[in-house]
Amino acid sequence: MTTLPTPTPDVISLLAGISTGSPLGDVRAARPQAREQAQRSFAALFEPASPDAVTLRERYALATFIAGLHGDPAVAAFYGARLAAHGSDLADAVAGEIGRGLTEGPYGTYPEGRLATESVAGPRYQVSEEGQTTLGHRLTAAFEHVHLLVFHPRDAKPEALAALLAAGWTTDGIVTLSQLAAFLSFQIRAVIGLRTLSISSHSPRH
Amino acid sequence: MTDQIIPHPDNIPPKAFTQDELDWLPWLEPVAADDLSEVQKTALVDAARIKSAYFRLLARDPAILEARTLTDKDIFYNTKGGLPRAERELAAAATSRRNGCIYCASVHSGFASVHSKRRDDVQRLLDEGIGVDIDERWNAVIAATTALTATPVAFGPEHISRLREVGLDDLAISDLIHGAAFFNWANRLMLSLGEPQATSSDI
Repeated sequence: MTTLPTPTPDVISLLAGISTGSPLGDVRAARPQAREQAQRSFAALFEPASPDAVTLRERYALATFIAGLHGDPAVAAFYGARLAAHGSDLADAVAGEIGRGLTEGPYGTYPEGRLATESVAGPRYQVSEEGQTTLGHRLTAAFEHVHLLVFHPRDAKPEALAALLAAGWTTDGIVTLSQLAAFLSFQIRAVIGLRTLSISSHSPRH
Repeated sequence: MTDQIIPHPDNIPPKAFTQDELDWLPWLEPVAADDLSEVQKTALVDAARIKSAYFRLLARDPAILEARTLTDKDIFYNTKGGLPRAERELAAAATSRRNGCIYCASVHSGFASVHSKRRDDVQRLLDEGIGVDIDERWNAVIAATTALTATPVAFGPEHISRLREVGLDDLAISDLIHGAAFFNWANRLMLSLGEPQATSSDI
């Protein structure tokens, strides 16, 4: 008996609770390229052909941290389960860092001038000492960077990238981990938005 | 030696949101145009993007660049029903205004103006911010977009009700959700991998 490979389900529909043929399934089908390429984006980051610049263990640790910071239980459980498979020894440290990192965004500083009155102060997250011991230099620097990207991206400066390089990240690795954090900012919003729309959908089934 | 920061000490980034065209300066070394592999060139999707330092920097991970670009195109350019182009660009501009991405806001406020022919209203979003009172339909689009942009996400059934009241159907609301979500992706890359540069000196 041969077993066909199990196709990876469409993650956005899975996490938003949207099934094929449902009203929201039809809405997603009206933008087939967006749906397929959002899924390909997930695969490029989380099922990469060559995970050299960022290991799978690092990818899922970062994703679990970022999902936790967004506070959506379904998304957090999805990435947490994958971290359990690729880096279970990190799970407790990541959970602890989520608790330390929780805040509300977007905040951040604007340059002097007419926007300065819109500057909003907020925390500069740093990984705890215990967290640093478990996560190591690379992930410690990456966690601090993605917290910046999640909550106050307008505070980004070249010095933040210098800190990643100093921790051993390559330029290629920084591009990938930046894409990972930025993609999750998209995916989580698509999931929450579509789930909310699905629950309040008035469209007749057709 | 490519694993180093590129500083731009002489650049004075723009200090206000503008519809004027801006440049963008990378903080990390893009792949040189002559050094792009075939895979990287394919990932640019549009050959003209080879001129862009931003896309040549993202070409360091071609798989995610290509999928991202194709996602972007369908969200904003697939006009079979759904949200009018102008309001997809309005969502992109409002997201960028909320996150503080002056570069992204310049590009997409300009597109919103072109498609809506309401340049002054778009400028009010840039000048006054996301609390601006334009008209109920645009107010509803901006409110929903910025609720999606909050972390944790603050988007709820009340935003959907308000969008329905101003005439958006489910596909249009889905387009808005995708447009706002996508610019939360784009803003974070543009803000964290480089800086805007004014092409005129009066910003």
